[in-house]
Amino acid sequence: MNAAMHVKQIRVLLAKPGLDGHDQGAKVVARAMMDAGFQVTYTGLRQTPEDVTRAALEAHADVIALSSMAGSHLAFCRKLKPLLEKAGLGQKLWIIGGNIPKQDHDALRELGFKGVFQTGSRLEDITGFIERNAA
Amino acid sequence: MNDRLRPALAPVINESGIAVQPLYTEADVAASGGTMMLGQPGEYPFTRGIHPLMYRKQPWTMRQYTGFGNAADTNERFKYLIENGQTGLNVAFDLPTQCGLDSDDPLAEGEVGRVGMAIDTLRDFEIAFDGIDLDKVTVSLTINGAAPVLIAMYLAMAQARGFDVKALRGTAQNDLLKEFIGRGTWIYPVEASVKLVGDTIEYCAEHAPKYSPVSVCGYHIRESGANPAQEMAFAFCIARAYADEVIKRGLSIDEFAGRLSFNFNIYGNLFEQVAKFRAARGLWAKIVHEQYGAEKPSSMWLRMIAGGGGSGLTFEQPELNIVRGAYYALISALSGAQTMALCCYDEAYTIPSEYAQRLSLRTMQLLIEEMGLTDTVDPLGGSYYIETLTNQMRAEMERIIKDVDARGGIVSLIADGSIQAQVSAQAYQRQLDIDAGRFRKVGVNCYRIDEEDPKVEFHPYDEANAQEQVARLAEMRATRDAAAVSRALAQVKRAAREGANVMPAIVGAVKVYASVGEVTAVLTDVYGRYQEPVRF
Repeated sequence: MNAAMHVKQIRVLLAKPGLDGHDQGAKVVARAMMDAGFQVTYTGLRQTPEDVTRAALEAHADVIALSSMAGSHLAFCRKLKPLLEKAGLGQKLWIIGGNIPKQDHDALRELGFKGVFQTGSRLEDITGFIERNAA
Repeated sequence: MNDRLRPALAPVINESGIAVQPLYTEADVAASGGTMMLGQPGEYPFTRGIHPLMYRKQPWTMRQYTGFGNAADTNERFKYLIENGQTGLNVAFDLPTQCGLDSDDPLAEGEVGRVGMAIDTLRDFEIAFDGIDLDKVTVSLTINGAAPVLIAMYLAMAQARGFDVKALRGTAQNDLLKEFIGRGTWIYPVEASVKLVGDTIEYCAEHAPKYSPVSVCGYHIRESGANPAQEMAFAFCIARAYADEVIKRGLSIDEFAGRLSFNFNIYGNLFEQVAKFRAARGLWAKIVHEQYGAEKPSSMWLRMIAGGGGSGLTFEQPELNIVRGAYYALISALSGAQTMALCCYDEAYTIPSEYAQRLSLRTMQLLIEEMGLTDTVDPLGGSYYIETLTNQMRAEMERIIKDVDARGGIVSLIADGSIQAQVSAQAYQRQLDIDAGRFRKVGVNCYRIDEEDPKVEFHPYDEANAQEQVARLAEMRATRDAAAVSRALAQVKRAAREGANVMPAIVGAVKVYASVGEVTAVLTDVYGRYQEPVRF
């Protein structure tokens, strides 16, 4: 589906969780999302679970996307899940990408991260997934 | 070849934007500027190497990036690498340490000891380097935001062990400006960061004159999306910003330039990288001599670690990264680097295993022992292609530096996020080119296979180990001289407030076991914290 055909523009909150400073991938994905017609709010580095929740509310996000390269994704997502649910964001599309070992994918899906995008994912696979799954 | 006889060929443009011809002759060398900047190895402008005999006298230092868990775990890996022939250490710190947070900080939860070694106080440094002869094995600390504190700890630890700090060699990365472009372990605002780099250079020039307090990194700027010519040009702009800061305080260029070092990337087109390094050596010498008036040859030397190559490695078919690593090492050796480190084949998956680290080390040793890379200086020198490309790369770097200066200088372009936006736009374009198959990556957009699970040994994260680190810090806080710590931290604050050099006070504080987080908190009280301009 062409992005222009959406009645409402998809709003994405893209965040860098934790202390990881590797943001090249996040910025690349942010640009790809904008080119796909989404409205993107990128948080910048060093976001706590509370920061991400607040930013998602402020951005009226349909999609909450995390980019994690330094291995602390599971611990972070376990803290984030109850906060997002409490904030009424439980039905939004949660996705995560980056350096995420395959053995963690199921645990992330069980936590509610519907899309898990490993290093090497094609940009159109990410944006296509969002177009198909965002409310 | 006459143009009319030349068959129609698809153009080849290298990453730095230079068109590559199918054949080079003497005429191309002349047309690109001739051999004016070539000189002899060990002589100005050092294009062919900073020493007359280069590797024939001493091979490059081998320095794999290492660190995980706590100081004792890392000490064990250090000793393993030294036993296997490694000649230097390159220390990886965990993210809390890099961001100036103690292991018991709420923000550190889940990150303690994960991507590097956790350091809270001088006690950890004592354990990390226990039994290692710091005169024989030089140590490079990959630390930036928290560098003033960790340099102080390193010097204090060495002094307590009885080493002569005046003669102590070693390096700290401590390139705070590039952290705003790539890597992201900034702490203080941009201006304060430049001031702190100036403090470390000034302090070391007096107290540890053989120590290299800064390693200016093109490396991470390249990883963030810069092309090879921009990598060098932006790094030189940053190095000039630090030099200006120190000269402003009354030091002469020859009092500190000899201890500036550099860190560059080695992935990409082999010939373009070799030309990049040769060009950069001549250009840096020219800048330091002509613009800054340096007279000492050592001030003009581009001393560098050329290594890594992370962005060139792939998640797909990870064993290909072993082969890529060998070519990257070849690039580094052909380029006359002083130090080499290689990203390991498993790094897209995990902290490198002992096995992967050994493979990287052996890769470098193969070049020395079997391939003849240390036999002769600048073995590609005199190639029509390499000399032409060296001239062209140097001209391109000079053009970029002029452009940065015309746009207001590197510090303001970093502060307002312009450089970040420029390189991230390029990174996006590169990813589009990879996705579309225009920029070829073997195993990614060509020669793909259906892969089984890769044979990679995952480095486990030990939560109990992190708890122990937190407990050790609590014990230290309970047993150290609390009054001495308070007094020492007050001194740090006073120095920062008065705009004095903070290093003497920080050295005093770490000696009484003030922690990384405590010193950092005092400094952020005065300087504030960096607010990231979110531009992409």
